[in-house]
Amino acid sequence: MTHQSTSSRGLSRPGKWARGAVGVAVLFLASEALGRAEIVDRSYLPPASTVVARAFELFGDAEFLHNVRVTLTAWGLGLGFAIVIAVPLGLLFGSVPAINTGARAIVEFLRPIPSVALIPLAGLVLGSGLGMEVPLIVYAASWPILFNTMYGLDDVDPTAKETLRTFGFSRTQVLLRVSLRSAAPFIATGVRLAASIALILAVGTEILSGFGEGLGIFIANASNVPDGTRDVLAGTVWAGCLGLISDTLLVQAENRLFRWHFALRSGAS
Amino acid sequence: MLEISGLGHSYGGAAPVLKGMDLKVAEGELVTIVGPSGCGKSTLLRCIAGLIAPSEGKVVLNGTAIDGVPDELAVVFQDYSRSLLPWLTVRDNVALPLRRRGANRSERREQAAEALKSVGLADAASKYPWELSGGMQQRVSIARALAYRPSFLLMDEPFGSVDAQTREDLEDLVLQVHRAQGMTILLVTHDIDESVYLGDRVVVLARNPGRIREQLQVTLPATRDQIGTRADPEFVRLRAEVGGLVRGVAH
Repeated sequence: MTHQSTSSRGLSRPGKWARGAVGVAVLFLASEALGRAEIVDRSYLPPASTVVARAFELFGDAEFLHNVRVTLTAWGLGLGFAIVIAVPLGLLFGSVPAINTGARAIVEFLRPIPSVALIPLAGLVLGSGLGMEVPLIVYAASWPILFNTMYGLDDVDPTAKETLRTFGFSRTQVLLRVSLRSAAPFIATGVRLAASIALILAVGTEILSGFGEGLGIFIANASNVPDGTRDVLAGTVWAGCLGLISDTLLVQAENRLFRWHFALRSGAS
Repeated sequence: MLEISGLGHSYGGAAPVLKGMDLKVAEGELVTIVGPSGCGKSTLLRCIAGLIAPSEGKVVLNGTAIDGVPDELAVVFQDYSRSLLPWLTVRDNVALPLRRRGANRSERREQAAEALKSVGLADAASKYPWELSGGMQQRVSIARALAYRPSFLLMDEPFGSVDAQTREDLEDLVLQVHRAQGMTILLVTHDIDESVYLGDRVVVLARNPGRIREQLQVTLPATRDQIGTRADPEFVRLRAEVGGLVRGVAH
């Protein structure tokens, strides 16, 4: 059953990894060549090998690791709160049409505002540090979770709900036992989208607020010193890797938890 | 025992789907309902299951007027694949309704195992519904209804989506369960042969609005088998009569 769900999405697992590795290698070599050709000054664009070496070196830098921890804390807290807020809200909007209609106008007004545009406002009102970072992350990360929860509820099979109703389950019990469970794969996708948005916001907020602690602060500070580009890029590599790792872990968790969902989607019945 | 009197229903003031329906199903009886499409079969079923409140008349189950979903009733739906929960194993699907009744874990497991055994699926307990064939999935939903131990079993075109061979096996399973457990069964079907083969009594519906056209007592022997019963002259006669009634031809 597991091999069915993976093979149905195109390439085999080793095949995917191989192509991914080739892509990374090509990009690495291109950037290395560009850096070594010295078309631009080396201090502006160091070769890829120098950046990667610096990124590895940072593993041994206690101060840098502390910065990473601060960013990850903000990221984790923000994502956690976003889940705790957006999933129940999505359930409420998705199952009570009156509330949905009432909230629609507010949602449509707030949603197009780019979260990054709120960073200066948040800085004014909330100051700096986690107290300002976390609420911003929560705000930005809640949207995909909220919408995916509502979308997932739309997709719930009425027969399954009716079946549980005939066995005497109340509407609330049906909502939790059928609708929430059935929407869970959609919610998980929302959480995965939210996770990358949360990381963007965490690092972005730190860079723009300019002082305090965090991976973004490390990058911002590096950009203010001569020859800092190497550190800026090494920090960026770290941010990218953090995003990649979190995404991979979440995809694996989805595949494991929602085996039934992928089995049904691939037409095995 | 089920008593339906003066039952009528219309959705939001539209033309009535059901009108003036009177029907009694005695304790332990197996009644089949057959009719053309659009005769209000599913509305009737929803009224009996307590999922909708009828606009006229009432449904009384074991002396209590139905107001909400009655506890002693279970439903087997046509869409087994959508009625079973794909994230639960077969065992957990069967045991789930018992949880609502507050049965503890070991009681639930025991009753689920027993029900699965009675439909011949004792070995499939740890599988997921989507790992089973359509016929087996419908057996699981029958087992789920049996584990619930209802006094009244409602079946909504339960074998409409399985192949002919499986269908015959499942029909015999229903007869066997009916005999063994003595529960009252009301089975809706669009298959004329099936209505005669399974029923102690066949209720034929007419449409526009949905109402009872005729009720026929099935005088076949209580023990039935797919080959012998279907060749019985009485079966052939009843089948023709029901067929004529469903198509609206007078006999």
